[in-house]
Amino acid sequence: MKDKTIHTMRTLGLGFLEPLVRLFAGEEPKKNGLALVRGTLLPLLSILVFILVWHLGATALYNKEAEARIEKARTEQGDEAAAAMADCIASGDISCQPNTLPSPKQVYAAYISLWKDHLNITDKKREFREKVADTNAERAEQGLDPITYTGRPSFVDQIGTSLKTVAAGFLLALVIAVPIGIIIGLSDVLRNSFNWLIQILKPVSPVVWLLLVFMVVKTLITDPQMDKSFIISAISVGLCAMWATLVNTSLGVSSVDKDYINVAKVLKLGVGKKIFKIILPASFPLIFTGLRITVSVAWMVLIAIELLAQSPGLGSFVWEEFQNGASDSNAKIIVAMFIIGIIGFLLDRIMLTVQQLMTFQKA
Amino acid sequence: MKYLQSKWIVASILVPFLSASLASCGGGNSSASNEQTTDESSNSNKLAIEKPQLTFGFIKLTDMAPLAIAKEMGFFEDEGLYVTIEAQSNWKNVLDRVIDGQLDGSHMLAGQPIAAGAGFGRQAELVTPFSMDLNGNGITVSNEVWSAMEPNIPKDADGRPQHPIKADALAPVIQDYKTSGRPFKMGMVFPVSTHNYEIRYWLAAAGINPGFYTADNSQGQVDADVLLSVTPPPQMPATLEAGTIYGYCVGEPWNQQAVFKGIGVPVTTNYDIWKNNPEKVFVMSKKFVDENPNTAIAVTKALIRAGKWLDTPGNRPEAVGILSRPEYVGADSVVIANSMTGTFEFEKGDKRSMPDFNVFFRHHATYPYYSDGIWFLTQMRRWGQIPESKSEEWYHETIKDIYRPDIWEKAAEMLLAERNLDAEDIPETDGYKPATDEFIDGTMYDGKDPIQYINSFKIGNKD
Repeated sequence: MKDKTIHTMRTLGLGFLEPLVRLFAGEEPKKNGLALVRGTLLPLLSILVFILVWHLGATALYNKEAEARIEKARTEQGDEAAAAMADCIASGDISCQPNTLPSPKQVYAAYISLWKDHLNITDKKREFREKVADTNAERAEQGLDPITYTGRPSFVDQIGTSLKTVAAGFLLALVIAVPIGIIIGLSDVLRNSFNWLIQILKPVSPVVWLLLVFMVVKTLITDPQMDKSFIISAISVGLCAMWATLVNTSLGVSSVDKDYINVAKVLKLGVGKKIFKIILPASFPLIFTGLRITVSVAWMVLIAIELLAQSPGLGSFVWEEFQNGASDSNAKIIVAMFIIGIIGFLLDRIMLTVQQLMTFQKA
Repeated sequence: MKYLQSKWIVASILVPFLSASLASCGGGNSSASNEQTTDESSNSNKLAIEKPQLTFGFIKLTDMAPLAIAKEMGFFEDEGLYVTIEAQSNWKNVLDRVIDGQLDGSHMLAGQPIAAGAGFGRQAELVTPFSMDLNGNGITVSNEVWSAMEPNIPKDADGRPQHPIKADALAPVIQDYKTSGRPFKMGMVFPVSTHNYEIRYWLAAAGINPGFYTADNSQGQVDADVLLSVTPPPQMPATLEAGTIYGYCVGEPWNQQAVFKGIGVPVTTNYDIWKNNPEKVFVMSKKFVDENPNTAIAVTKALIRAGKWLDTPGNRPEAVGILSRPEYVGADSVVIANSMTGTFEFEKGDKRSMPDFNVFFRHHATYPYYSDGIWFLTQMRRWGQIPESKSEEWYHETIKDIYRPDIWEKAAEMLLAERNLDAEDIPETDGYKPATDEFIDGTMYDGKDPIQYINSFKIGNKD
């Protein structure tokens, strides 16, 4: 039972909970207790320290800007205005609040308001569906598309769009980079001839990829009904992120143990069999390392790309809040920052789990 | 064996992943098709809407208000339109997305559809059936420039600077900068924006050359005394503060923001440069209007009602509340209220009443006058964006393809029949406003005689 739980946890990427399970089973309390502290409590502690430092920093910045405002009022309009400004800041009136790094508390409040907003929008969507139900029934009879919700997407919808974009971009990277990586990994000549090109294209900025993709897609897709911004951002994400997989795959394929290749020769395996039975399994660890990097790069470049391609995901959320410049905009941007970080972390864990399932496990 | 097993597990993980992303690729085209339909069921008075589900774009500025109001007050839905309103990142993007059909229509600079039709920048056939507002811009200079300008400005009885402030007060300052070897730089928001023509008009009225565009120089800085460059509106105050530019012409709330932050002083508004000048317009592509004529009229109807609502006394505070939502302008409501409730603050504490600073309906603001469009063409010719000389007929023909008062009139007549509009709200006009000299330099402008107008300027290309 215990071993099974531990095994499942490991495959789920929850290996850090292993000592806890062992502790419950009463196994080596001292050693496992220490492991638990090291693996789980210390990371949690570091997060607490981070929040504390952030809180102190934000408070210091707030005070600095508040003082600067009061001082400015004093030099320009005299002591009375300075006192009025101090009162105004203390009262929490938004017209005179210092606009600086938000504190953890403000960020949490922004998170709650975004969540409430999501619930609110969910209600609105339901109302809208009810309102257009009759119209849609009529349209369905005439064979027309139904009227869809016209309001703004909620924060959760935007996360969904971003995840879809990354998934599509990642698949594109997989489909392009792995086969090419295998082909050029199999031949020294090919690898050498493409090396320069790959090295030149690899460091190109996401923004430039976006513009290149934009030029091509704009010409290829003329149907205005297609969701061009989604297509453009998914392809750009894929192109930015595929290089790690490409390089790692070709490296993995080219460094397969010569003994395996010789075995394949002895058995007189066909090309297909050789690739699928020998080379691919042997190079899986490196390919997966590449894929993990690809996922994290894809998630990282996504924000910049969505921002420019006007795809309604987290990138445009951040940009719109920056443009809004309202009193809670900064806090919302930081909420998005944490959500992006946490999802990136989860995606990496998922990839790790998949990797463990796919590759030979060390005993 | 182990490997085989795990392969299946991976496959079972990847397959839903794959299908989900495929579905999302296809899911993008779920918006309504534009087949012909007749939607007479709900109201016999209604137009047969060809395309009920629409997406419109806007830039985060207070003058997008008619769109937000038409949606939030249900004016679009009254016409059987289901409209999504999407913020866009910049003016070029707005133009591209309307031309490519990703947006069915958008809030645009009045100069954009005209430039697209006249062949400056990206060419396309666009249509303006509705003018969104009048006035609403200002010119702000940095504190340093203001303190140098101030001695040149006459004072009124209360000791405040006398308005309107002309660029004559700025001319000696520019001369000083020049002699000390610093080029005088100012910002505007887009090459064909009202702001570009307004700041040029203001400078040139005082004999300052703002620079020309030529066939091979699209910077617009040939022979310039003042170097004008493009800066996106929200970045204006920061760019001024950094000292990259010494002044700018922009819409609200970015002039008030400079006063608020204490980094600059607005010297004039475009109301003083040209009284009741057209500012933003609502634009659809010609293709869209030809394919969906009834939809175009219905959209115009909803927008006219929104304009009227906005200029109905007592509604502005509610409008401010709607605009401050994050999906529209999103700034704090106090900041938006500052520029939308009839006052304008110049120097800190020098708050003056400007009831006509933001006009959405009065003075027939929503009617797309040919003469307003021709003014933009004359300025494009004046500054060389139209490099070659054009005949008088060309001006009239070009503008009649772009400005479509016929759509506005149809919409207005229907609104009149529905009692949503009064007879006096519909102007009796041939599309040309009477000649006016309500400009900062008093030059007479008659939209019927563009060539004579172009030739009347001291600085500018002549035909």
